[in-house]
Amino acid sequence: MLKLLKNLIKEPMFVIGVFLFLTTVFAGLLGPSLYTPQPRSEFGYEAPLAPRGIEVDLSKNTITHWVVHRGDTLYAKETIKKDSLGNMLNNTALAKYWIGTDNLGQDYVALLLRGLQNSLYVGLLAGVIATTIGTLVGLFAGFKGGIIDDILNMFTNLFIVIPSFVVLVLVSTSFPQGRSLTLIAVLIGFTTWPWTARSVRAQAASLRGRDHISLARINGASNLQIIFKHILPYLASYVFMVFIMQVASGILSESAISMIGLGPLGEGATSLGVILNTAKNQSAITDGLWWGIFPAAIVITVIVFALYLLNNSMEGVFNPRLRK
Amino acid sequence: MPSNIIFSAKDISKFFGHGKKRICAVNNVSFDIADGEIVSIVGGSGCGKSVLAKIMLGLYSPDSGSFLYKGKPITNTRNHWNEVQSVFQDPFGCFNQFFSIRSQLKDAFGILKEKPSKQNIEKRVDEALLAVNVKPLDIEGKYPFELSGGQMQRMLLARIFALKPKVLIADEPTSMVDACVRANILDYLMKLKEELGMTIVFVTHDIGLAYYVSDRIFIMHEAKIVEAGKPEDVTQNPQSPHTVRLLEDIPDINREWIKK
Repeated sequence: MLKLLKNLIKEPMFVIGVFLFLTTVFAGLLGPSLYTPQPRSEFGYEAPLAPRGIEVDLSKNTITHWVVHRGDTLYAKETIKKDSLGNMLNNTALAKYWIGTDNLGQDYVALLLRGLQNSLYVGLLAGVIATTIGTLVGLFAGFKGGIIDDILNMFTNLFIVIPSFVVLVLVSTSFPQGRSLTLIAVLIGFTTWPWTARSVRAQAASLRGRDHISLARINGASNLQIIFKHILPYLASYVFMVFIMQVASGILSESAISMIGLGPLGEGATSLGVILNTAKNQSAITDGLWWGIFPAAIVITVIVFALYLLNNSMEGVFNPRLRK
Repeated sequence: MPSNIIFSAKDISKFFGHGKKRICAVNNVSFDIADGEIVSIVGGSGCGKSVLAKIMLGLYSPDSGSFLYKGKPITNTRNHWNEVQSVFQDPFGCFNQFFSIRSQLKDAFGILKEKPSKQNIEKRVDEALLAVNVKPLDIEGKYPFELSGGQMQRMLLARIFALKPKVLIADEPTSMVDACVRANILDYLMKLKEELGMTIVFVTHDIGLAYYVSDRIFIMHEAKIVEAGKPEDVTQNPQSPHTVRLLEDIPDINREWIKK
């Protein structure tokens, strides 16, 4: 185990992946409690870098900055008074928010941290559920073989054929009152397990007939020993890598259904996807309010990228034959 | 039935797959193997000889017919393996690649009912390694994927030399070692046989090897034993056309081997 870790640390891709992933995890776990959000702005969609309009009134020494929203309506407007030398007197908006605010004037940094936490939660839970179901079904099918294998395989294929996204959308719409993060995670977990089942089944089936299992048996190893010493090491890397992929795809699935407005609903259920959905609904995209879309999108990309890096780097280390 | 019969097979069959894909690997085979005998099962690839070996080992149970070890069916496999051990065919697939060779050789003692002490295990492993012409230091800390096919095969044999079972089922035990090492190993195996009164079942496609070491030869073809008898009878006076083929196909330096 220690040797494995040593080999992993030698892998630069792994180190970068772990660093990125741990950073996001820490930000998600500790961020919401460590970061004190700025008080709510009365003006939505503020951002330090991209005011959509500036009105300078030299007679009153004021600069008014606003964001155009929905046609011609002024959505956000804030007046900054400046003294005769041009220094800001009443800087309420421009330096206060790192990224800006959403349409309701909430601090985006706080929202992103909360969203990150919730997205990670959904991804991990969905990943655990999908990996557990998939591994159990796959192991059972692969080891038992015969008719049980056929039945489970048929069942798995059935789930693969039904597009999981459609199921996700349909089930989500049937909970119009409230959808907790857990519900969404469970839904994702229950619709994405078949691929895990397939890959694990294939592995298990190929292991079943291997001579090293027979040898372990005539060495007097118990079933548990065979599972933990002679099968799990061969499968662990697959299961773990599949788990990482499931977490990544869980996060992406959550963002996707949230984006079309079928994600978690209710107080505190702000996921990264929900942030994107809100921004989209408030036409942040058409109005070019980039800070409504990009930060959340970047955070999603970073997590998924980190997970893919981890997955890729582990491939070479877990399979001793590929070791350099 | 005499009491010194080790294996007794009566009309055993073994099938794989189901439905249309059902394949018969062993078809109505009957034989007896006596205590202390060396029997070779000879046949071409895919004739079912390895499956027969696994039935003797208790890893497969026959789908029909009765298979007895010392007059009783194999029910407790742990007891069975305490006495009956095997060298498997494919040395590459036989060891768990996540553990060192030595630790796996030591693991083999797990099947013995009376476990030797730790020092004794180390000593027996060292002795067994020397018996197969491998210096114990050479494989110290090595993993299975770091060894060649021949070395791995010797490790499998070392396992047997360490365990000293009463019955050995050797499935192509020397297919990957050079002729010199093969002679050494067979020599040691024979010594061990004399010492322990071991019963050995060789599974091989090499009728030449079978001729030199066996008391009896079974010729297998397409899941059936087509001929059985003393090596002299089988080789000098073959009854089955399949035996004739096997004999003809032995490469001979003075004879054109591959017919053009």
